[in-house]
Amino acid sequence: MSRILVFANQQGDGLSSGAKEALLFGSRLASSTGGEVRSVTLGPFAEVGAREAIAYGASIAYTISNPLLADYDVELFVNSIHSVFQQSGADILILSFDKMGKDLAGRLATRTGASAITEVIDFNFNDDKLSWIRPIYGDKAFGEYSTTRQKVVVGIRQRSQNEEGPDATRKGEIIEVDYTPTKDMIVTKLVVKIQAALADIRLEDARIIVSGGRGIEGPEGFNELQVLANLLGGTVGASRAACDAGWVPSNLQVGQTGAVVAPDLYIAVGISGASQHLAGITNAKTVVAINTDPEAPIFKRANIGVVADYIKVIQPLTEKLKKVLV
Amino acid sequence: MHIVVCLKQVIDPEITPKYFKIDPETNRPEISDTDLVLDSFAENALELAIQLRDKTPGATVTALCLGDEESEDVLRRALAFTANAAVRVWDEDWGNLDGQAVGHILAQTIASIGGAQIVLTGYQASDIEEGLVGPVMAEELGFPCMTHVSDLDVEEKSVKATIEVEGGYAVVSVPSPAVFTIISSETNVPRLPKVKDIRLARSKPIVLLESEDLTLDHERCQAGVKLERAYVMNREVACEILPGNDGNDLAGKLADRLLELKIF
Repeated sequence: MSRILVFANQQGDGLSSGAKEALLFGSRLASSTGGEVRSVTLGPFAEVGAREAIAYGASIAYTISNPLLADYDVELFVNSIHSVFQQSGADILILSFDKMGKDLAGRLATRTGASAITEVIDFNFNDDKLSWIRPIYGDKAFGEYSTTRQKVVVGIRQRSQNEEGPDATRKGEIIEVDYTPTKDMIVTKLVVKIQAALADIRLEDARIIVSGGRGIEGPEGFNELQVLANLLGGTVGASRAACDAGWVPSNLQVGQTGAVVAPDLYIAVGISGASQHLAGITNAKTVVAINTDPEAPIFKRANIGVVADYIKVIQPLTEKLKKVLV
Repeated sequence: MHIVVCLKQVIDPEITPKYFKIDPETNRPEISDTDLVLDSFAENALELAIQLRDKTPGATVTALCLGDEESEDVLRRALAFTANAAVRVWDEDWGNLDGQAVGHILAQTIASIGGAQIVLTGYQASDIEEGLVGPVMAEELGFPCMTHVSDLDVEEKSVKATIEVEGGYAVVSVPSPAVFTIISSETNVPRLPKVKDIRLARSKPIVLLESEDLTLDHERCQAGVKLERAYVMNREVACEILPGNDGNDLAGKLADRLLELKIF
């Protein structure tokens, strides 16, 4: 039997998408191992998140509603989650390995003396032995890991879990934890925060991505991709080659060394498909490749291929789709 | 100011999947020496370390790598980038470490070489992508840690870090000493080392430290995770190549296929 604690992080009005994935993963694990899921939510509106966590499978939802936790601070969050992890008696702490999770996982594991396993997508439970499955070597292989310590911190790879809706009828208990973070724990000071204006839709959240690579041959071609992306309600991405060439900013980079995306449709234009790029689109549902080179590796990942110069295809494609969609 | 940059040698992430094989005996990729490279985020960290040093009077950069003799290649590269010193730390028993154990050993190594005001490392190496070493080192050293850092600016007693956050970026002021894990950005594109510096790097010393030179906790040097099994996955998809020569004709066919997906 495993006692599972999930960090159910709030973002805006509700739980973050990573928190939902972590809770769903935890529930799946609990039903296989005969354990139960508890959650922890931080911040003055933690009770709202706690209720949502219960709907996503938690039977006990811990909260620390201290106003200091309204904004994310790594020290406050590490201290608070660590305290709940200890007090709850849980042996498995699950969190999303999103940006925040990458701050927290290693520190929480080290502080607790727990093992740490990250980018987890699945688990195996056979003969009472639990192992964790995650991609390795840029998604070229899977690794199955056991852990050697009594406790473990598990980071769930973003967008690796099937989304299931919450069950609002589930019942659970909300417990406010007796822990008081203090101002003097904060060591960093925010100077300025800037919202990215370039990609209005975050690549990681985009359902449709039109991505350009070396074959676009300059910044101008990206305007055409932007027109198509706008028409489809999607956003523009780029390969590392296009970013390194300075044609587009580096925050548009898709791949193992950029954004790992999971859109319903990924249109790769003039992208050869280096393996680090392919590692970033593993979870794309439909991949369309437009490339002049029929031998390009992208065609081994694409579901639909067009062997042609993009200049001859993108404009007429946009025109034709516009007639139907607008 | 002492800047330590931690480097990792990895299997080249650009190896074609077709040639990528896992040895079932060792659960490790079958590789030749030519397949090993400096991890790309670590290289961004190295570039940033050199830039910071050049902007800061009296600053020095030490490149640090945990690895066998093979990994001296990445330290030579760091020296060619004009790092001031190179340290390799290794023990024959360290064949199966995980990120936590590496974080412990690197933290102790940094302590043993006189500490550092700024510790840099790549945010997630391209081989196993654990993303643990930076935060673990920070926890071990009692330093703050910022992850997803693209740029740094040294001030009197603190460091201004540009970090990527959900939906944009932020600039935060962090007291030093601190650990920063580095992502790639326009500001830290690795330089091409000068031929002269590459030549000079060949004859520069690399300090070797072994476990008895450090104050290590035996328990923390053990891996917390064990790779039981590794297997290659085949991701090849049967691609439907749309027939046609004329761009207009192809665009029409592609438009039809896209509309069939019913996602717009």
